[in-house]
Amino acid sequence: MDMPTTRRLLALVVGDEKHSDSSRSTMVPLISLYADVLRHDPADPGWDGRDRFILSKGHGCAAFYAVLAASGYFPESWLAGFMTRGNPLGSHPDRTLVPGVEASTGSLGHGLPMAIGVALALRARGGGQRVFCLTGDAELNEGSNWEAIMLAPVLELANLTLLAIDNGSSSIPMAPWEERLGTFGWDVEVVPGQDRESLTRALAATPNGRPRVVVADAREQAAA
Amino acid sequence: MMRATAIRTASELVLEDERVAMVLAEISLTQAADALARAPLRVVNVGIMEQTAVGVAAGLALEGMHPIVHTITPFLVERPYEQLKVDFGYQRLGGSFISTGASYDYSTEGGTHHSPGDVHALLAIPGFEVLVPGHPAEVEQLLRATYANGRPTYLRTSVAANAEPRDVVPGRLEVVRRGARGTVVAVGPMLERALPAATELDLTVLYATSIEPFDAARLRLEAADHELVVAVEPFYEGTLARTLAEALAGRPARIGSIGVPRAFLSTYGTVAELDRDLGMDEAGVRQALVRWFAEPA
Repeated sequence: MDMPTTRRLLALVVGDEKHSDSSRSTMVPLISLYADVLRHDPADPGWDGRDRFILSKGHGCAAFYAVLAASGYFPESWLAGFMTRGNPLGSHPDRTLVPGVEASTGSLGHGLPMAIGVALALRARGGGQRVFCLTGDAELNEGSNWEAIMLAPVLELANLTLLAIDNGSSSIPMAPWEERLGTFGWDVEVVPGQDRESLTRALAATPNGRPRVVVADAREQAAA
Repeated sequence: MMRATAIRTASELVLEDERVAMVLAEISLTQAADALARAPLRVVNVGIMEQTAVGVAAGLALEGMHPIVHTITPFLVERPYEQLKVDFGYQRLGGSFISTGASYDYSTEGGTHHSPGDVHALLAIPGFEVLVPGHPAEVEQLLRATYANGRPTYLRTSVAANAEPRDVVPGRLEVVRRGARGTVVAVGPMLERALPAATELDLTVLYATSIEPFDAARLRLEAADHELVVAVEPFYEGTLARTLAEALAGRPARIGSIGVPRAFLSTYGTVAELDRDLGMDEAGVRQALVRWFAEPA
């Protein structure tokens, strides 16, 4: 999977002129996850050994659909029917309709608590699978996220990684991330949001006994 | 007591079935201490985080587990209502939600801790099942029957209980008595408050612990000869009205309700005192039944 492929697929979803900020800032982190980090099998989306990915920021689904199609979860032909009657791809993803979508999202602040539940279930079963949850910076305004941010380190969920895309869309300042999340006990790393190599290295890392947050800093890109 | 039975049964299920998980939000930790100690990977206290309690439960359900979530009614139903609607309803996930503190059971705590609108609210979530046991033994029976049903299921425990349990099944109305002058649908702990007057008035009495799914076929059959059907309900009056109207659609029917008045309470006292003030005790239910059924049918 590479940028030209996913850019072409994204264009199928939203049209050449309509790349939303949310989809642009999310694309490279998603390529890093699906091509470099996640253990997954598009031919068997329910494979129990897979790492789980929850797109909490459901409105960022155009890039998500492009990456799922590029991975082979469903045919490219679905992309052109985005948001139309009879097509499974709506502007927020529905787990009951789209192969590879773990959770139906759209209401902000629901993904991270669910990711904790998934991480608890995997740990109880003794599997080594990891759980990734993607949120936006503005999405982290929601109080439910802060409940989950307080809880995950207490539960010592080392199999949980939060991928926060900071495209500067929050009206409430969220930086400095290291202080805000680190003080709750998370292992925090901020990386350039368009640098696939850095993202992959940061996402692949598994700290000891602590949940990890990788902040993809996409503010420059969003401003450009 | 229903609450203790619910937590004991949930704890037993955790130990019997490794797919069962319990999510607590700082409430009933003492009663759940054994389960917390013996199955620490599947019994988790998330603290006072009700949105997260329901979200975490949904994550467990995504992985094929049967989560049981428990806390005080307003904080189980109203505060995380969107998590119930989206994470469970919309995602078509199963889980058990056991409340404690029915309607105004927390009779000295004020309106923050009252929740007579719980069932009305949950019935607005398609696919949500609602169970209202009337006895601790029924709590155990209903929880065991539904914990792995794959659907979001609400179990409402209350301080009030009938003296005797009945053999209850989700989705089934029990015929308590057959009468000649009309029909009463008594919900959960209201049964024994309605039964004496209903017997004197010669009414058919149907006992409902399963509000959703509701046994419409049994109601149509038992109420075939009389238009008037009155619900005696332990939550806001009229909560069952849509359910009864739907069950009786296509035939002449009059529907009545005896339940908790739709107003905030700004009084304190014992549950029994509030029952009396609100017409929810046996005498109050009798008066209301006589009003409904006094005229020849």
